[in-house]
Amino acid sequence: MIASIEQLDGMAAEYKQKTGAYSKIVKICCGTGCISSGALRVYEKLNEAIAAERLTDKVLVKKTGCHGLCERGPIIVFGDDEILYQTVGKRNLDDDIRLLLKTVKDGTVVENLLYKGEDKTKRHVSPRDIPFYAGQTRVVLALNGVLDPEDIGEYISFGGYRAVHKALQMDPVQIIEWIQKSGLRGRGGGGFLTGTKWRSCRDASGEPRYVIANGDEGDPGAFMDRSLMEGNPHAVIEGMIIGGYAIGSNHGFIYVRDEYPLAVHRLSIAIEKAKEQGLLGANIFNSGFGFDIKIYRGGGAFVCGESTALMSSIEGKTGEPRAKYIHTVEKGLWDKPSNLNNVETWACVPHIINRGWEWFDSIGTPQSKGTKVFSLVGKVKNTGLVEVPMGITLNEIIFKLGGGIQGDKRFKAVQTGGPSGGCIPGEYLDMPVDFDSLTKLGSMMGSGGMIVMDERDCMVDVARYFLKFLVDESCGKCTPCREGVRRMFEIVDNICKGNGLKGDVEHLEELARAIQLGSLCALGQSAPNPVLSTIKYFRDEYNIHIEQKRCPAGVCKALTTFTIDPEKCTGCMRCAPECPVACISGEKKKVHTIDRSKCIKCGTCYDVCRFGAVKYE
Amino acid sequence: MVEFTINGKKVEAEKDEAILDVAMREGFDIPTLCYHDTLGSDGRCRLCVVEVRKGNRKRIVTSCLYPVENGIEVLTESPDVLLVRKTVLELLLARCPDSEVIRYIAKEHGVSNTRYAKDNDKGKCILCNLCVKTCEFNVGVTALGMSGKGPAKKVTTPYGEPSRVCIGCGACVAICPTGHIYMEDRDGVRMIWNKRFELARCPKCNRYHAPVEQLEFIAGKSGTPIEELLICPDCK
Repeated sequence: MIASIEQLDGMAAEYKQKTGAYSKIVKICCGTGCISSGALRVYEKLNEAIAAERLTDKVLVKKTGCHGLCERGPIIVFGDDEILYQTVGKRNLDDDIRLLLKTVKDGTVVENLLYKGEDKTKRHVSPRDIPFYAGQTRVVLALNGVLDPEDIGEYISFGGYRAVHKALQMDPVQIIEWIQKSGLRGRGGGGFLTGTKWRSCRDASGEPRYVIANGDEGDPGAFMDRSLMEGNPHAVIEGMIIGGYAIGSNHGFIYVRDEYPLAVHRLSIAIEKAKEQGLLGANIFNSGFGFDIKIYRGGGAFVCGESTALMSSIEGKTGEPRAKYIHTVEKGLWDKPSNLNNVETWACVPHIINRGWEWFDSIGTPQSKGTKVFSLVGKVKNTGLVEVPMGITLNEIIFKLGGGIQGDKRFKAVQTGGPSGGCIPGEYLDMPVDFDSLTKLGSMMGSGGMIVMDERDCMVDVARYFLKFLVDESCGKCTPCREGVRRMFEIVDNICKGNGLKGDVEHLEELARAIQLGSLCALGQSAPNPVLSTIKYFRDEYNIHIEQKRCPAGVCKALTTFTIDPEKCTGCMRCAPECPVACISGEKKKVHTIDRSKCIKCGTCYDVCRFGAVKYE
Repeated sequence: MVEFTINGKKVEAEKDEAILDVAMREGFDIPTLCYHDTLGSDGRCRLCVVEVRKGNRKRIVTSCLYPVENGIEVLTESPDVLLVRKTVLELLLARCPDSEVIRYIAKEHGVSNTRYAKDNDKGKCILCNLCVKTCEFNVGVTALGMSGKGPAKKVTTPYGEPSRVCIGCGACVAICPTGHIYMEDRDGVRMIWNKRFELARCPKCNRYHAPVEQLEFIAGKSGTPIEELLICPDCK
């Protein structure tokens, strides 16, 4: 049991001594991405090999949270960022284990497992040299690839729960002032000032009060919150304890979608261990303040990320939003004052308490402070999680950290903010990434999803994809969202199928405006954004689909035909074996042809042809 | 007392009243489908939207839920209000093409046609939730609920099977604004929500008048002897 700062420091010292006794520490990323790439097998095999070499006392192999470079998993880091190995075990697990053992034994750097640079010749040893990591400012993710998320002692040895102790010495109102002065804004999408929300909740009448962490992350391609909950669950818990104390609440809920079983598992362990140590429960640090956290597993409805729907779901009712004319800080969960923040927002709080609001305020832009985690996905070379200071440009994120577009194709657009966000075209790549700039462009920060698209992405098809998602995920409570979004989908789907009519774009704009104005919750109000932003920046593409019945990106199947240019085809035999329906015929060194009656228009031949012989129109 | 204006007319209201209640009292015509004075508001149908102006800010709100405020200007027929209202009606026309009520309200608002493909699987249900609420709060049995989400959402008994708790009272039929719910009394039997109810016969006039289960339910709740309840309202 930890009841004093001395006991907390004692436990930290004990852990440091314990890990200091090892001559080598090997950190294996066991985030969901790397686990699916086989990280757990690497962990087991490496441990077996180390035991066989009788090195168990000398080498510590740790399972850590997500390191971020998911594209290259499984990731293994030696020591304090000394060596980073990537795609370990992907070619031959036993071979790679033998190679790892070499590094374990005498520190030999294995060239084959290193991350290759842009020019394919330079190999980076330390993650600090890899542009993907070097360009980041890791605050909330700082410990993600460092500590074992299932071991509370590790978190404490890195300064964990000191912020709770410090906060409990402060006046609750002073904590709220700090959060306000820090400029922290909600990381879940709305970007509302966190301190202002806390103050309103503290000032609202009614008992008890609740604090809630929103871990219902549901945007396609977003996994920031999942990685945090999986990789550093105690940071979320610590933030919530501080928030509870500041607001005057003793009850916390973490709402996690059930599709995140690892997050649920690790959060459950973290809560249990924190309780065992007296860091959750009654009388924390002998302060007289008590706080408890329950996990609520959501069924996976996207709409339950909306605060009122989430609270309805915790109450055991259907996950439907309600009008927020009376805010949830006044009447939220069970009609009591409730303060809901996103997982990442909560994880920022201990840092602000430890380092002071001035520190947080010094990072970012005048209106958007601190760092933000983005999940960088799509047609970018380095997909994964990045944490960057607010105000960094899209260019830096996509081309420096992300390494540019796969296959060096032409950048077309980046979709930010998930289904409620929008697509931003190339001319705005130098815009700073902050809450207000993205909103001005017709997109939004959202929770931090960033999907990069290239010349082979059709913007009408992208709008169609997000609309389909929103049709399925609308809760169905209010008419404009339930009926209107599916009608928008029908119109866009028709355009993609070559049945678009003149006036469809204007019809979409009119319907979109009615849905924005008339829908009950933020899901409906923002549902037209993907359509409106693609119309705004790619109106021509809509018109070409409608008037010329052509898909310039070669994506919409009804409007695309693939052919092989006999002048350019060398008969290299590269495309034919790749074709999933075997509709390409031709002999070696002779011109190939595509059987149009069988072609499913997947574009694989186009993507693999090295001579530009495959064409689409 | 709260003071504000509706379409320029000064009105007074009690604190916490919703705009819709005040507007109806003052004689303004705001269409609604999902509002009922015994069951409160959910803000589902979005027909009752109005524009609220406060200083330089304006927003579209549902008048059935928005609490009155001092000094606000309420407009019941601004261009944005009409856009939302007409869109909602056009969308409902496509969802429930056979609903006379929707066709009538739509026509009143100048919407006589819909540009969207007409549904043939939704009946006349606009998902106003009144049947679900009256069953739970007015009758007190909770035989109905919503299942699914998005366009697949529908009103149903649990798992679509005949409900164990349904008493066949027909309150859901009475409250449905569009006449969607099917109920039939024939040869002493009532069919509703796929459940069969024996109808009780009045000992005086010999007419069938209510399901036995409903009378038993009332007897249990109120303590009135079943023999008394068996006598139909006309013969009492």
